[in-house]
Amino acid sequence: MAFKQISSPHGHNPQNTGWIMQLVLLSTVPGFLALSYQFGWGSFINLIVAVVTSLTAETAILVFRNRPIAFYLKDYSAVVTAVLLALALPPLVPWWVVVVGSLFSIVIAKQLYGGLGYNPFNPAMVGYVVLLISFPIEMTTWITPLSLLPDGVNHPGLWESISVVFAGNTPVDGVTGATPLDIFKHSSGLVVDQIYQNEALFSQASFAGVGWEWVNVGFLIGGLILLKTGIFTWHGPLAMLGTLALMSILFWDGGSSESPGSPIMHLFSGASMMGAFFILTDPVSSAVSNRGRLIYGALIGLLVYVIRAWGNYPDAMAFAVLLANFAAPFIDNYTLPRTYGHTDRRKATEKQEEE
Amino acid sequence: MSRIWETPGGVHPPENKQQSMTHSIGHLPLPATLVIPLHQHIGAPAKVGVTVGQTVLKGQKLTDASNLNNLPVHASSSGTVIAIDDRPVAHPSGLNALCVTIASDGKDQWIEHAGISDFRQCDPHNLLQMITEAGIAGMGGAGFPAAIKLSPSNDKPVDTLIINATECEPYITADDAAMQEKTQDLIQGIEIVGHILNNPSRVLVGIENNKPQAIKVLRSHIKERSIEVVSFPAKYPSGGEKQLIYILTGREVPSGGLPSDLGMVCLNIGTLIAIKRAIIDGEPLISRITTVTGEACGVNRNYEVLIGTPISHLLAHNEFDERNCSRLIMGGPMMGFSLTSTEVPVVKTTNCILAPSYSEIPSDLPAQACIRCGLCAEACPASLLPQQLFWYAQAKDQERLEAHNLFDCIECGACSYVCPSNIPLVQHYRSSKGEIRKANIDKIDSDNARQRFEFRKLRLEQADEQRQVKREARRLATEQARATNSSAQSGSSAADIIAAAQQRAMTKQSTPEQQKAKFERALLAAESRLEEAENRLTEATAHGTTEQQAICSASLESARQKVDQTQNRLKELSD
Repeated sequence: MAFKQISSPHGHNPQNTGWIMQLVLLSTVPGFLALSYQFGWGSFINLIVAVVTSLTAETAILVFRNRPIAFYLKDYSAVVTAVLLALALPPLVPWWVVVVGSLFSIVIAKQLYGGLGYNPFNPAMVGYVVLLISFPIEMTTWITPLSLLPDGVNHPGLWESISVVFAGNTPVDGVTGATPLDIFKHSSGLVVDQIYQNEALFSQASFAGVGWEWVNVGFLIGGLILLKTGIFTWHGPLAMLGTLALMSILFWDGGSSESPGSPIMHLFSGASMMGAFFILTDPVSSAVSNRGRLIYGALIGLLVYVIRAWGNYPDAMAFAVLLANFAAPFIDNYTLPRTYGHTDRRKATEKQEEE
Repeated sequence: MSRIWETPGGVHPPENKQQSMTHSIGHLPLPATLVIPLHQHIGAPAKVGVTVGQTVLKGQKLTDASNLNNLPVHASSSGTVIAIDDRPVAHPSGLNALCVTIASDGKDQWIEHAGISDFRQCDPHNLLQMITEAGIAGMGGAGFPAAIKLSPSNDKPVDTLIINATECEPYITADDAAMQEKTQDLIQGIEIVGHILNNPSRVLVGIENNKPQAIKVLRSHIKERSIEVVSFPAKYPSGGEKQLIYILTGREVPSGGLPSDLGMVCLNIGTLIAIKRAIIDGEPLISRITTVTGEACGVNRNYEVLIGTPISHLLAHNEFDERNCSRLIMGGPMMGFSLTSTEVPVVKTTNCILAPSYSEIPSDLPAQACIRCGLCAEACPASLLPQQLFWYAQAKDQERLEAHNLFDCIECGACSYVCPSNIPLVQHYRSSKGEIRKANIDKIDSDNARQRFEFRKLRLEQADEQRQVKREARRLATEQARATNSSAQSGSSAADIIAAAQQRAMTKQSTPEQQKAKFERALLAAESRLEEAENRLTEATAHGTTEQQAICSASLESARQKVDQTQNRLKELSD
C-alpha cells in the first residue's frame, strides 16, 4: 500500500492563531470592566457596534476576494481589531463614528493591504487616527468617572445610553468632563501642586488620576496575563513604558508650571497601558527581533511623551504607534540577532560578496 | 560535574518514549530477501562487486575497493544475489536507487572474519582502515563516514571527544536501549576511538535527563576518569551536533565549519558500538538497533535489525494495522521523512520506524496567514528569524535569505512545530536552500561558459592578427622582390615572373639539407600520429563499438603507411 508523502515535522503543538487571538480578547476583560465601571455602558455599546461592523466588513471583503469566509473569520483577527478600537474610543460616542472607524480599520487598513499579516500599520490605530482627525469634538468628549459625578447625577443606564449613541440625544449635564491629560495640556499657568489641589480628578485619586488609574491597572493586569502565556515578549512593552517613565522623570521639572506631569501620572493615564500591552504588541506591524522590539517600543514611548508634552494632542498613542510602524521595517534591517556560529550580527541589507 | 550551557530556543513535544522501552531489544526471524542499497552514507557510492546469481556469505563485501569517501556495503546474511537494480529506498525524495537484493538461504552463515584482541598495540591508521572496510557511517542521522570524522584533516589536534547520547527526537529509544543493554560494547567503542584520536583530554557523554536508567548504567560502568557522563534537561533539538557541543562546552561550531575546527569530534552511540564490533570482532556494519513504534503498531519495541530488512518485515512482526496508520515515518516525528512504500529497506541510519495512528499524528491543517507573532523565532535553536526567512522565501529574495543566514538553519522543524498558523516553515527553507544551491551551480556553469566563449574569441582574434602580420610580411616581400625584379629586368612579362618563381622553387627544393630537415619533421609528425592512433584503437577495443574499432584500425593503417612513405623518402634522399 502507498502512504502519503509528507515533509517533516510530523505533528504540531496545539496552539493556533485563532486561539492566540481569543487569548488576547480574554485579556482585555479587566480593562473593559474597569472602563465600564468608571464610565458606564458606552464602551459596551462601542464594542457591539464595532464587532458587528468589522465582521460584516471582513465577510464582505472576503466575498469580493473569493476567499473561504469561515476559515478566515475563525482567526478572530477582525474581532480583535474591533475590540481594541472600541475600547480606545470615548464611551457614548455616536454610533456612526464607531462604524466609520471600524470600516476604515478593516477595509482600508487591513484588507486592502492583503488581509491579516500583510498590513503595515496597526488597523485599529489607523481607524482611531482617522476618527480623531475627522471628528475631533466627538473623539475628545469623555465621560466623568463614576466617583466624580455631581450628587444626584448618574451615568446613563443601558437604554438611555443606547438612545444617546443611536438617536443623538445629549446626555445629562455634568456627565462629560476632562481627562487627566487634558488638564495638564490646558493648565499651563499652574504649578503641579496647584493642579493637584484644584482638580478633583487628582485630589481624589488613589495614585494617578480618578478612574483612569484603574482603567490602566485593568489593562496592565490583562497585559501581564498575556506576557505570562508567552504570546508576546516583554521587550516592546517594557521599552515603551520605561522610555515614557524616563522621559517624564527627565522633564518632571520639579513640578513647576511648565512640568508635563509626573511619571506615575503618565504611566497610568490615557492609553499608556493599553498601548503598551495591546497595541504596540501587534506583531504584524511591529519590529520582529527582540532587539528590534526594544527599539520599537522605546520609540513609541518617546513619541508618546513628546506629543503629550509638546504636541497639540493630550494623548498620542495612536500617532506614536503609526509613526513607529513606518520605522519597523527599517529597524528590522539592522537588528538581526546573532546566529549560532557567527561572531557578528549581520544586516539584512548586506549584499552577497562578489567573487 | 561539568558545567552545562543552555541553548536558545527549542521546543518540548510530547516525548512518547516509554512505549518502546517496556521490552528489551528484540530479534526478528530472517527475512526472505534483503535489499541492500549501495548508497547509505554521505559521499559517492562504491561500485558493485558482485554479480546476479553469485552466492554471498554474511558479512561479505558487496562492493569493489573502498576508500574514505565511498564506503562499502556488506551482505547482512548468507544467500544468493538475485537482483542488482533500482528499488525504492529510504530517501526524502522518494526516488529509487541501486540496490543489491539477496535471497537469504536461511543459514545465516558468516564469512571468515577476525578482529584485533589488543587494539592499543595497533596503529590508528590501520584501525581507521578497518572502520572504513566495515562500512561504518554515522548512525545518528546524516550517515557521515566515521573514519573521516576520526581523521580530521587540519592541524588542530582533537582534545574533546563528544558522545552524542542525547536522542532528543520524540519516540526514538534506540540509543537509550543500546546504552542499557550494550554498555560494554559502547565503552570499548569509546576506548578505541580514544586510542585513534591519541587520547583526547576530555571525553563527554551528553545525555538528556529523561533517560535516568541509561545515565545510571553508564555512570556505574565507566571507570576511566577522563570520561564524564553529563546530563542536561531534555529539550528538542539538543541532540543536534552543534547544539550539543554548545551545551557541553559553551563553544559554537563556526558557521560553515565542522566540530574539528574546535578540536572536537562528535559520535553517536550506535556508531561507537559498530566501531567496537568492527575492531574487536572483525564484523562489518550489517545490523543496527531500530525502534518500531507508533499507535498503528500493536507492539512497540527496539529490535536489532539486519541492514536491508524490508520495513514490511518489521511491521508484519509488530501487529501493524495499516488502516489506522496516518503516515509511515523513518526517523522521528520532528526530522524523519515519510515513506510511501513498506518495501523500503532498513539502512545504516534508520534509527526508528514510526507508524502513528490518525489521532496520534493527524493530517496537517491548512496554513493561515503569518502574523509574525515570533513564536518561531523563540523556538529557533540557531537564533534565526524564521518569520523573516519565510517572508523572503516566498518572495524568492535570495540575497535577503542569505543575509538572514538561511544556510545556518539546521532544519530541526521547531519553527513549523510551534507556528500557530500551521505554516510549513522549514519546508519552505529546504526548498529555498535547494533553489539557491541550484542557482549557484547555474551561475558557475554560466561563468565557465562565458570564460570559454571569451577565451575562444581572444584566441580567434589573435590567430587573425597573426595571419594579418604574416600576410603583411608576405606582401612586403613580394613587393620587394617585384622591385628587385623590375630593377633587374625592367618591363618583364608574366612569363618572366613565372620563370622566376619556378627558379625559386627549384632553388628551394634543390638544397638537400632543407629537404632532409623537412622530411625529418614529417617523419616525427607521422610517428606521433601513429602512436595516437594506436592509443585510440586500444581505447576503442576496450569500450567502443565495433564500428568505432573499425574506424580506428583504418586510421592506424593509414598512419603506418605515412610513416613508411616518409622513411622511404628520407632514405632515398640520403642515398
